[in-house]
Amino acid sequence: MTVTELGIPRRLLEFTIDGQAVRAPEGATILDACRAAGKDIPTLCEGDTLRPKNACRVCVVEVEGSRTLVPACSRKAEAGMEVRTGTERARHSRKIVLELLASSVDLSMTPQVAEWIKEYEAKPDRFGPDAARLNEEPRVDNDLYVRDYDKCILCYKCVDACGDQWQNTFAISVAGRGFDARIAVEQDAPLTDSACVYCGNCIEVCPTGALSFKSEFDMRAAGTWDESAQTETTTICAYCGVGCNLTLHVQDNEIVKVTSPHDNPVTHGNLCIKGRFGYQHVQNRD
Amino acid sequence: MRKRQPKIYTRLTHPLVRDARDEPFRRASWDEALDRVARGLQRNRDAFGMFACARATNEMNYVAQKFARVVMGTNNVDSCNRTCHAPSVAGLSAAFGSGGGTSSYEEIEHTDVIVMWGSNARFAHPIFFQHVLKGIRNGARMYAVDPRRTSTAEWAESWLGLNVGTDIPLAHAVAREIIHAGLANEAFIERATTGYEEYKKLVEPWTLSLAEKVTGVPARAIKDLAHAYARAERAQLCWTLGITEHHNGTDNVRALINLSLLTGQVGRYGAGLQPLRGQNNVQGGGDMGAIPNRLPGFQDLLDPDIRLKFESAWDTVIRPHYGLNLTEMFEAMEEGSVRAVYCIGENPAQSEADSDQAVRRMRQLDFLVVQDIFLTKTAELADVVLPATAGWAETDGTTTSSERRVQRVRKAVDPPGEAREDIDIMCEIAARLGHDWKYADAEAVWNELRSVSPDHYGMTYDRLAEHQGIQWPCPSTEELEPTYLHGRLWEKDPQRRGRPAPFGIVQHDPPVDLTDEEYPIRLTTGRRLDSYNTGVQSGGFASPLRRGEHVELSPEDAERYGVVVGEEVQVSSRRGAVVAPVWVEPALRPGLAFMTMHFPDEVDTNSLTIEANCPIAGTAEFKASAIRIEKLPVATIVR
Amino acid sequence: MDLHFGDSKPTDEERAAIDALLGPPESSWEGADRSDADLRWARGGREARDRRDLLLPGLHAINDRVGWISDGALDHLCRRLTVPPAEAYGVATFYSMFSVKPRPATVLHVCTDLACAAAGASELCAGVEARLGLGSGVHVERSPCLGLCERAPAALAIKAGDPVRTAVSAPATVHEAVLAASSPDSAPQEPPAAMAVPQAGDPGLTLLRRVGVVDPSSLDDYRSHGGYAALRRAFALGPAGVIREVTDSGLVGRGGAAFPTGRKWQATASQPDHPHYLVCNADESEPGTFKDRVILEGDPFALVESMTIAAYATGAHRGYLYLRGEYPRALRRMEHAIAQARARGFLGDDVLGQGYAFDIEIRRGAGAYICGEETALFNSIEGYRGEPRSKPPFPVEKGLFGKPTVENNVETLVNVLPILTMGAEAYAAIGTEKSTGPKLFCVSGSVERPGIYELPFGATLGELLDLAGVRPRLRAVLLGGAAGGFVRPDERDIPLTFEGTREAGTTLGSGVVMAFDDTVPLPRLLLRIAEFFRDESCGQCVPCRVGTVRQEEALHRIAERTGAAAADDIALLREVGRAMRDASICGLGQTAWNAVESAIDRLGAYE
Repeated sequence: MTVTELGIPRRLLEFTIDGQAVRAPEGATILDACRAAGKDIPTLCEGDTLRPKNACRVCVVEVEGSRTLVPACSRKAEAGMEVRTGTERARHSRKIVLELLASSVDLSMTPQVAEWIKEYEAKPDRFGPDAARLNEEPRVDNDLYVRDYDKCILCYKCVDACGDQWQNTFAISVAGRGFDARIAVEQDAPLTDSACVYCGNCIEVCPTGALSFKSEFDMRAAGTWDESAQTETTTICAYCGVGCNLTLHVQDNEIVKVTSPHDNPVTHGNLCIKGRFGYQHVQNRD
Repeated sequence: MRKRQPKIYTRLTHPLVRDARDEPFRRASWDEALDRVARGLQRNRDAFGMFACARATNEMNYVAQKFARVVMGTNNVDSCNRTCHAPSVAGLSAAFGSGGGTSSYEEIEHTDVIVMWGSNARFAHPIFFQHVLKGIRNGARMYAVDPRRTSTAEWAESWLGLNVGTDIPLAHAVAREIIHAGLANEAFIERATTGYEEYKKLVEPWTLSLAEKVTGVPARAIKDLAHAYARAERAQLCWTLGITEHHNGTDNVRALINLSLLTGQVGRYGAGLQPLRGQNNVQGGGDMGAIPNRLPGFQDLLDPDIRLKFESAWDTVIRPHYGLNLTEMFEAMEEGSVRAVYCIGENPAQSEADSDQAVRRMRQLDFLVVQDIFLTKTAELADVVLPATAGWAETDGTTTSSERRVQRVRKAVDPPGEAREDIDIMCEIAARLGHDWKYADAEAVWNELRSVSPDHYGMTYDRLAEHQGIQWPCPSTEELEPTYLHGRLWEKDPQRRGRPAPFGIVQHDPPVDLTDEEYPIRLTTGRRLDSYNTGVQSGGFASPLRRGEHVELSPEDAERYGVVVGEEVQVSSRRGAVVAPVWVEPALRPGLAFMTMHFPDEVDTNSLTIEANCPIAGTAEFKASAIRIEKLPVATIVR
Repeated sequence: MDLHFGDSKPTDEERAAIDALLGPPESSWEGADRSDADLRWARGGREARDRRDLLLPGLHAINDRVGWISDGALDHLCRRLTVPPAEAYGVATFYSMFSVKPRPATVLHVCTDLACAAAGASELCAGVEARLGLGSGVHVERSPCLGLCERAPAALAIKAGDPVRTAVSAPATVHEAVLAASSPDSAPQEPPAAMAVPQAGDPGLTLLRRVGVVDPSSLDDYRSHGGYAALRRAFALGPAGVIREVTDSGLVGRGGAAFPTGRKWQATASQPDHPHYLVCNADESEPGTFKDRVILEGDPFALVESMTIAAYATGAHRGYLYLRGEYPRALRRMEHAIAQARARGFLGDDVLGQGYAFDIEIRRGAGAYICGEETALFNSIEGYRGEPRSKPPFPVEKGLFGKPTVENNVETLVNVLPILTMGAEAYAAIGTEKSTGPKLFCVSGSVERPGIYELPFGATLGELLDLAGVRPRLRAVLLGGAAGGFVRPDERDIPLTFEGTREAGTTLGSGVVMAFDDTVPLPRLLLRIAEFFRDESCGQCVPCRVGTVRQEEALHRIAERTGAAAADDIALLREVGRAMRDASICGLGQTAWNAVESAIDRLGAYE
């Protein structure tokens, strides 16, 4: 009996990053190769469980022979490529992208952005006090999610997670165009009038806190959210026989959030409404 | 949205006892409670039944079955897998000698045809369905067989809306078409199966036109399914409770397995059979021997060598005959031959079909101890209630998923009050009954299980963590087996091929609860996306999708009865009656109604269902009751 | 797919409009009445999901009939096509010609873009808006370039109904525009396309030789003027032979990127994946560009023939003509031409009896400049938002529906006809060494004879301006449209070739030559260009989505400033502009700063 091997053997490509010779399997992106080589390139819209969308353009690098900068997250490595990650040109674009975002969006909950702004000497204030911002109020229309689009960088990750890449519910899409484009359900209605099934897989991939669990949103509003006091323990969901891995985020012996490991072969980071939210009964303690 | 006041259950924090059934519970110390349990069990040693829990860990189930077999000297141990998937285990093990699904989730992403038979996985197994969707996105064609056009069915190339309880005619007609079209895999049949000639004769009467008459599905649709399944290079056949929750559930399962044998759609990567389990450890509970006919590792109790192995490991004598299953235990309560029950984490007072009868029978017990995290309806009937931990968040251990993957469960929060872990409690009781078991932790239990179960031997806790779970069989601590079972059936060497798989010779037997003029509507049951079983757990969070229990009717029936959405109606079966608001559901056809058992405190659906059991597996026919709908004299509309 | 629908129902009219496009629904699951058979067997799956590309035509059908897209209509269309309503909503709100909010049945689009602005569009707008207020039954919309620059200022009225009615008013007065909007049927006929070709009838013309000479509705007339000789020759040469001729001719794309057409065809033809598609980009939306319109209206069969040749050479059997939504007459002419060609066997299963199958489907844009970007155009055809895709993979490998696709614009394609009839060598002899063949120029603005001019590559800017009768007091010339660049009046010697303009540090782009005299304040033009890019950015990537807004804000701030008072903002513009050029996904963002930069550097704006 033979065991079917699915992985097609991949050849290795040789090219250079910042002058240093590297090898990456065919199909790997420049970002994959950079990370393997220990180079840190900022990313926002890239997600480990999603196909690269390359919308934020903060990961741009220079590739010899290319007229424009190229997004490291989506451009596949090619043999003989000469990649430069830290040139003035690439750094300039990253700086401007950070300035453009920070001047229009609330990035206060986006991990690492503050560091990058410092590193790239970005000055979001230079566009003046009248620079257009998103100016959105948090939308609290149900007991499980909050959508705070003032924090939305339009990375499309929630749309992709809800759409054909994972959940296939297609409750949300980008509506409108240009600076007025927003993530919305049909007719921009409340979530409760939409196709949403409250799996929370959009929240799982949101990089900026624009989407959050109401539990977290409320605790943050009350000033009680404290990640340093939280433990994360991975266990198995009890709601059906599929065996989804749940990572329980616990603070003061209360489950405050549930996620799933992105590299898990059962879930790939996704859960359903029961797994994501069905923990409250355990802590109905009196 | 309807204004509902759902019952919210709060955690049990200390033991409860009472001196007489008509007295209220009073708080007790652990010592008092455990002593009472020991006494209650001791005096009923020859009439004992253990309800283990398909939601608890493997380790807990292992200790529970050991408790029954060693401390109480009985094989009367079972769990709620009886109410759902026992027929899958019975059917699969009759065909292949092993009760697990044959494929892995990942394989369905790389298959060509997927048949979802009696399964609304989109709601009941959403993350499994993501794997199905990957398969569909990769080009697989999906077929759905279900009386309702469910969300799952809406993804199908072809949905076959059969009459409830006509799965065997449909399967047989598919088989006959495959045979007549020359699409049977003769080489596989010859080499790896037995009973083909008899099977051929069995299905011969089931012409497409007869099947159309019986199932209601157009002949062309049946033919289309037959050809797609047989011609596929790889096909996956998945089922859920639509197949098993019938009075002949095991026969249904056999009828589906037959199709895989007929076409060779089993034992290869991407080709196999996948029963989807309803609870986190239905698979593991059985694997651990918490069933009346198997010892841990799904080893047959009637095999003297196997018994000997366990007897020496446990220093005991194991009774050489099968115990009673859950259904039989309930019947035995009626007769008085089961008088004491130790019920862990189950809620049969609400989950059993014909729940009124189940409650009456439990009331007749001499002694009932319930160990749970909530004061459930079942716990309310008990003499002693012991507060336990929530298996998935408050204890360490393992559970086994539908794809036979054993995965680590880890303690994340401390249990409330004096609640204790199931294994601790059982060991305390065992000690009071003369068995001094010492388990330092869950891993110690697991290692004991590994030492007696070859299929689990290779799964150390360290390896389980490293691989994010390992699928059984895993006999070696060094290697991993293929993701699918029964590759042996494709071996040329008969020695290595092993026991051929017999075709199941099963006959159509319509639902017991017939529809007639008095009860003209067929009621079937199932799950909704955001709720779970009797709702004790899932009722604890505020789902925006939840609208409480309704009786779902087709638009035609709603019009016929002159009722509108939200209007309360009387729903009656030959066993009981409930009042429920109406929901109009276009996925239903006239004459078919749908309810769930998620809100028994609002609408006790199981007082309508029939306790007509599968004689092999003991699972009740939740999927087919006959009901009638009556408009109430004064219309009440709840919203 | 398990789609979620709300409670809104379509009106009978909306249902009829959708059914007229798609035919009656086949089952209750698609919106028909419930039948017993439906409740026993439903088919769906791949086939149902594969109709997504009918979404845009469906939205047009609703919008054409009722003037806007209601919840109920959108839901019904989604049910018919198995498209999630949220996604359909995202698509509907992407295009400026659609509205998801109620509005009057008639929409009057008044162009406020560069050429029209210079010709008094703001006065026109104000006048029209004063006359057509609330209750007038007309919704007035300020519009980007309508492609009627030779007759600026322009207005286009669209009145929903069965059938939809349109009327063009150009050059428009307030009175005429209001008349066109209130009764499009009785508005005066548009002048023939040839009126936009000052050289019409000149025997020296190649590409424009039939415009104004043939009856655009007559296939026979087309043939009696040399039509279908090129296709006959193509069949004689075989696909490889056609590609060789096109390669040897030196033809490069006329859309602006100047990519060698032969190489593109060869790359598509050699792709092992099938089917191959041909897409003709007629989404002519670059402000100041109207050459495609003139060909489509004046010589439609030429495009049908050249598309057939391109498809034959590249192994495609299906071609899509993606036509700008604001070109109603071009749409009618092309629909007619394609139907004629099909009826006579010039399209269909057996073109010219050669055993080669090819047909053309027209897809209308709906008001989105970005859809002129090739990959955005594919997304638009496929029923998605018209957002550009990242390249690679390039369209020749993965284009429309993920299949190898050759995409050419109208002008590029019609050049194939003379290449085949006169031969590659003779064709290559026209123009310069690196820019071969004739070229169409869209001249508008401050000239006596605005219109489309055909000149061999190599003519200078001065020659072209003289031909069009440039008016005195020329202040600036915009080459290539909003995405192009300004040059000074003294740069008359710039040769109008790809290499010549490149050497001069500017661009030929799509062939726009727009002249501005000193009556138009330069900052106002730049602001209009910035507004255009802000409005037309799809919003997908940050540099363009936010950068175009920041650019517009800065230009607002310095509209009345010069010198040191503008210096900080100019520095800011340069920095943002550089990042837009370097880091935007597509050409829109990459070129959004070009014109402004050239005005600062070349014209000394704000000095």
